[in-house]
Amino acid sequence: MATTTLSPTTQGYRRSWVMEWLTTVDHKKIGILYIVNSFFFFFAAGILALLVRSELAVPGLQFLDESTYNQAFTMHGTIMIFLFVVPVLSGFANYIVPLQIGAPDMAFPRINALSFWFLPLGGLLIFSGYLFGGAAAEGWTLYTPLSSGAYSTGVGTDLWLIGLLLVGTASILGSVNFIATIFKMRAPGMTFFRMPILVWTVLVTATLILLATPVLAAGMIALFIDRNYGGSFFDPNTGGNPVLWQHLFWFFGHPEVYIVILPAMGVVSEILPVFTRRPLFGYRAFVFATIAIGLLSFSVWAHHMFTTGQVFLPFFSFMTALIAVPTGVKMFNWLATLWRGSIMLATPMLFALGFLAMFLIGGISGVMLSAPPIDFHLQDTYFVVAHLHYVFFGGSVFGVFAATYYWFPKMTGRRLNERLGKVHFWMHFIGFNVAFFPQHILGIQGMPRRIADYSPDAGWTLLNVVSTAGAFLIAASVLPFLVNVVATLINGERVGDDPWEGNTLEWATSSPPPAYNFDSLPPIRSERPVFDLRHKHDAEHLLAGDDTAVTEGGHS
Amino acid sequence: MSAGAPVLRAGEPPVTRRHEAGMPTPLVGMLLFIASEVMFFGGLFASYFNARAIHVGVWGPPAPAEQLEILPIALPITIILVASSFTMQFGVWAIRRGDQRAMRNWTLLTLALGVTFLIGQIYDYTTLGFGISDGAFGTVFYTLTGFHGAHVFGGAVGLTILSARASQGQFSQQNHVAVEAISFYWHFVDVVWIALFSTLYFLR
Repeated sequence: MATTTLSPTTQGYRRSWVMEWLTTVDHKKIGILYIVNSFFFFFAAGILALLVRSELAVPGLQFLDESTYNQAFTMHGTIMIFLFVVPVLSGFANYIVPLQIGAPDMAFPRINALSFWFLPLGGLLIFSGYLFGGAAAEGWTLYTPLSSGAYSTGVGTDLWLIGLLLVGTASILGSVNFIATIFKMRAPGMTFFRMPILVWTVLVTATLILLATPVLAAGMIALFIDRNYGGSFFDPNTGGNPVLWQHLFWFFGHPEVYIVILPAMGVVSEILPVFTRRPLFGYRAFVFATIAIGLLSFSVWAHHMFTTGQVFLPFFSFMTALIAVPTGVKMFNWLATLWRGSIMLATPMLFALGFLAMFLIGGISGVMLSAPPIDFHLQDTYFVVAHLHYVFFGGSVFGVFAATYYWFPKMTGRRLNERLGKVHFWMHFIGFNVAFFPQHILGIQGMPRRIADYSPDAGWTLLNVVSTAGAFLIAASVLPFLVNVVATLINGERVGDDPWEGNTLEWATSSPPPAYNFDSLPPIRSERPVFDLRHKHDAEHLLAGDDTAVTEGGHS
Repeated sequence: MSAGAPVLRAGEPPVTRRHEAGMPTPLVGMLLFIASEVMFFGGLFASYFNARAIHVGVWGPPAPAEQLEILPIALPITIILVASSFTMQFGVWAIRRGDQRAMRNWTLLTLALGVTFLIGQIYDYTTLGFGISDGAFGTVFYTLTGFHGAHVFGGAVGLTILSARASQGQFSQQNHVAVEAISFYWHFVDVVWIALFSTLYFLR
């Protein structure tokens, strides 16, 4: 669109390419560093997942022994959650949020760079356990007493704690930065209720990170003291309490679920309006639902601990089921946005629709697990594994790929190939369901999680073979994605500044944007300033009381 | 960011904030950071009260160590740390009047009081007769007081930087957001100590 195109002219001072990327404090470059770094950890943790699924395909120990198996699923979970899903969404938020609020950068650019550089360092520390006698092997939840010094003698768990403390510190600093940016850096006219939904979800997410992560940090420090300095936090023999770890972990761990899902919800809420040519249905309801999820997330942690017998079941069960209400509001928002829209099934939209369907399944199995009678039966079975993968993978990771296809043209000026994108989506979607849907049934049949082997007589073999085949299909789906990214970077279609006809301010600058983002901003009078600019003519008719000039769908 | 930004006059600090109204961005950042610190100490205090709740028998240092006493160390260093919050605030008020010299002197006095607190605390550690590995009380006592001490040390580093910058004349009536930010942090560290002191010495 010519009306929204800018032509920035000035250049920053010249540095070598390597120095520029190592020392940059530009939120856009840091965002890309976050994303690229996260995808490296995604592939590493994905290989660990393939090891786990290969071992489980048939009864007997074929590839790993129990110890390496335990390390594999522990590192898979830890890396996927802390070094892929959370930081990759932070990366997109880093790139997009300042653009969407019309800011030149984050509030604290150098702290932004510091937050990023802690991540590869922390991730390598966590992985470095493999070099020193074995990585952490107690599951990503690191429950005591399994993780206490008496039962976990290796240094791998200590490296896990140190590495994750660094990653947590990075998250806290990052969230301070996001909140300060959103409070203080909005362009004139960008009131709170004109902020794009992604900005709202990032604001709530950052608040959750800010308040939940320090509690995990306290717990990890306590565990480190127990393991290395003879402390008694979690040792019942000397006056400690092993269940305390579960409280501290899940007080962080459950908000963490919303930390990874809310930004993905934000991404989907950006994509649906653009690819249906309709505004998001019920903007304010969506915002209040986001805030409600954030508030409720601090009152549900003990639903992970029903079977300890030490928590008040009715309260935590009720609060957990209550979260389905604001989540249902959002589902209604999304479906009502699709209703009678001019739906365009481009790749970002496919992944967004995939998110809706898969997250719905994960949400429903979550409500099932919130009922203590069902939870007591299914605790620590593959049903829980299936549930959490439908939320994390079916929800957040679909959101990550939707964001990748949607904003790739903004970051590079080139659009990813649609044909390869659709191949990627369908392999990913089918592989995901083949891999994880059978795990619901395995769980109900009683297959426990975190076991390296099972009896051939258990009747679990067929579904495990199916699940493993699905896992390899997911892995194969990465190939068209990588080929697409590389080929597009080399020789992709140049699509201009606003290829999707977007609504929000990031589409009002060049692709990629200049270092300072904007030469000038369009007036901001709604949550869709670029839409308003494109349809200025229609809007003027509307303001004049002549609403016949505006056709449904709004664009020609 | 609009083209009509006013040109700077010589001697004026550059305008870096976009919204001059309301709290300066660095102070917002410091308050958010303090919010996360509140949750960090919340986790540690939760661990303390958990250990205390499940404890059998007398809650306190394990025998043969004696019970904690507020004299001769704990109460005096508490008074010193609380006093340092006042001297910090006198420094803030001084720079708000534009008196950089008084601000630096108050900051140096605050730093001296903070360091005295730390020395007193370390001396107290040497006299207690129990260690971090002596049961649940030893663990929570040293973890909470130790992490509080580490925060006092962090604040002292901040005060040192403030004093050095003040010596170079970097602050003025308009431009002293770092002083305000460090003072927030210092007051926070003081409040944590009051909560910790009350918990350890009065709430037995």
